[in-house]
Amino acid sequence: MYHKTTPYRIFNVFNICLLVMLSIMCIVPLIHVLAVSFSAKSAADANLVGLWPVQFSLEAYKKTMNNPIFLHSIWISVCRTVLGTGLTLLITFLAAYPLSKETSVFRSRNVYSWLFVFSMIFNGGLVPFYMVIQKIHLMDSFWVLVLPGAVNTFLVILMLNFFRGIPKEMEEAALIDGAGHFRTLFSIFLPISMPSIATIALFSMVFHWNSWFDGLLYLSNAKDYPLATFLQTVIIQKDMSSMSMSPKEMELLSQTTVNAAQIFIGAAPILIVYPFLQKYFVKGMTLGSVKE
Amino acid sequence: MRSLQRTWPFHIMLLPAIIFLIVFSYIPMGGIVMAFQNYKPWLGITGSEWVGLDNFRFLFQREDSLQVVWNTLIIAVLKMFFNLVVPFVFAILLNEIRKVGLQRSIQTLVYLPHFLSWVILGGILIDLLATDGFMNRILGSFGIQPIFFLGDNNWFRFTVIVSDIWKEFGYNTIVFLAALAGINPSLYEASEMDGASRWRQTLHITVPSLIPMVVVVGTLALGNVLNAGFDQIFNLYNPLVYQKGDIIDTFVYRTALINGEMGFATAIGLFKSVISMILILISYRLAYKWAGYRIF
Repeated sequence: MYHKTTPYRIFNVFNICLLVMLSIMCIVPLIHVLAVSFSAKSAADANLVGLWPVQFSLEAYKKTMNNPIFLHSIWISVCRTVLGTGLTLLITFLAAYPLSKETSVFRSRNVYSWLFVFSMIFNGGLVPFYMVIQKIHLMDSFWVLVLPGAVNTFLVILMLNFFRGIPKEMEEAALIDGAGHFRTLFSIFLPISMPSIATIALFSMVFHWNSWFDGLLYLSNAKDYPLATFLQTVIIQKDMSSMSMSPKEMELLSQTTVNAAQIFIGAAPILIVYPFLQKYFVKGMTLGSVKE
Repeated sequence: MRSLQRTWPFHIMLLPAIIFLIVFSYIPMGGIVMAFQNYKPWLGITGSEWVGLDNFRFLFQREDSLQVVWNTLIIAVLKMFFNLVVPFVFAILLNEIRKVGLQRSIQTLVYLPHFLSWVILGGILIDLLATDGFMNRILGSFGIQPIFFLGDNNWFRFTVIVSDIWKEFGYNTIVFLAALAGINPSLYEASEMDGASRWRQTLHITVPSLIPMVVVVGTLALGNVLNAGFDQIFNLYNPLVYQKGDIIDTFVYRTALINGEMGFATAIGLFKSVISMILILISYRLAYKWAGYRIF
């Protein structure tokens, strides 16, 4: 009945206005960047651009796409995202299966669980980690971007919680029919785990695409940087000295509109993938957090 | 049923994960001994001089490191508080919107910033918040003097906290929305029969139903008291605001890799890890006790 009272109606209109404004606030900065990237250099440098391009121009994108270092960094980011996500998915999928078993079935489970959990709550810190990377000769190698983040306990927990929701009878039937655990995992569990795999893939892809600190820390040659690290040095640090570029290349990069174009291209893959996977990660999130 | 009892496949399945854990998590823990040394790279861990707890003594004597711990606590605690309150209120308000399409659209927009990195957002904010940037032009039209959001010690923390809330509030509502969806509708129906207004229903049904979730999210956040957000600070700060904006993680990065004080930096890192671990253990225990939450 409350729907029809006047105070509630007033509240409702007010509420809708407020929330719509809040949600617009969440994307206004992105729209601004997009507008700047499509504006003429003079207008952008004079800070005349608001939410709509001033003197529409594609110059910034042309320059960005003609920059070989930028294109190469995209390639590195794509490689690390594909390989890193694949590796994480495989390892997480394999590890979550035994960990989802009862202790009565798999007695060593608790030992393994503690290894995982302890690694999540305690770590050696930045300096010892850096030195291990040095010692195992991962410095300046592409693999330093892929290997260290391959196991993520949080994702393993998401996956194993999903496995626990699968009826035991399915697994038992498979085992009675003579399938081993590997066969059960890949032929029975894999096809029904797709929503959960999609969630983990999304989290992992976003992680790899956005990671910038590892590149900055472990790669000394700016030409090997993934896109996020490249953007960090060019846009945030503006530290051209480390980039070993010719003055001509530097000029290409140090413009407001070009920066905006690069930022937008950096965000684009996430903007594209995100709407498709939204329903999965909402489920995935609540799966890991709300439990009966 | 013999295959049920054979567990060797389990060990093999876990092998890759365990190898990665050992190499990238457990071996680095051995490097902690550097915290008790005056570490010199050319002497290595075996050759460097042992100094006992000196590095830790420095930590509590040097003015800069104390300031850093204090900055970390302030920024982290304020972020935790607002990242609990804002999503809580937002979830309740969002739940009042009955048009499903509108509700979904709002959700899609507010979740989005969470998935963008602080490099991208840093690039955007540095431009937006400059003294002659978009933000100050809007403020200027209200007659407000330009504010140097990212270069003024009085404004930096405010900017960091507000921009973090802006980035995360939508994403943090997910758990509250899930809890709201789990409330038994018959509670509302019954209260409506009794003539309760929507405000009364919110106060006596909605809010109490969300309290367990608030407790879980709040207690679990406790483990992050020393995490003020490395990515964000690193991408937004500059030497002008080190005094109010430098946090443990950024300080460790600078002392270790720029000043080369490896032993000291390891000691700060260890200090942070140990305190965090204790807080995490306490928070998980409390979350279990108060709300029946279990992680594994």
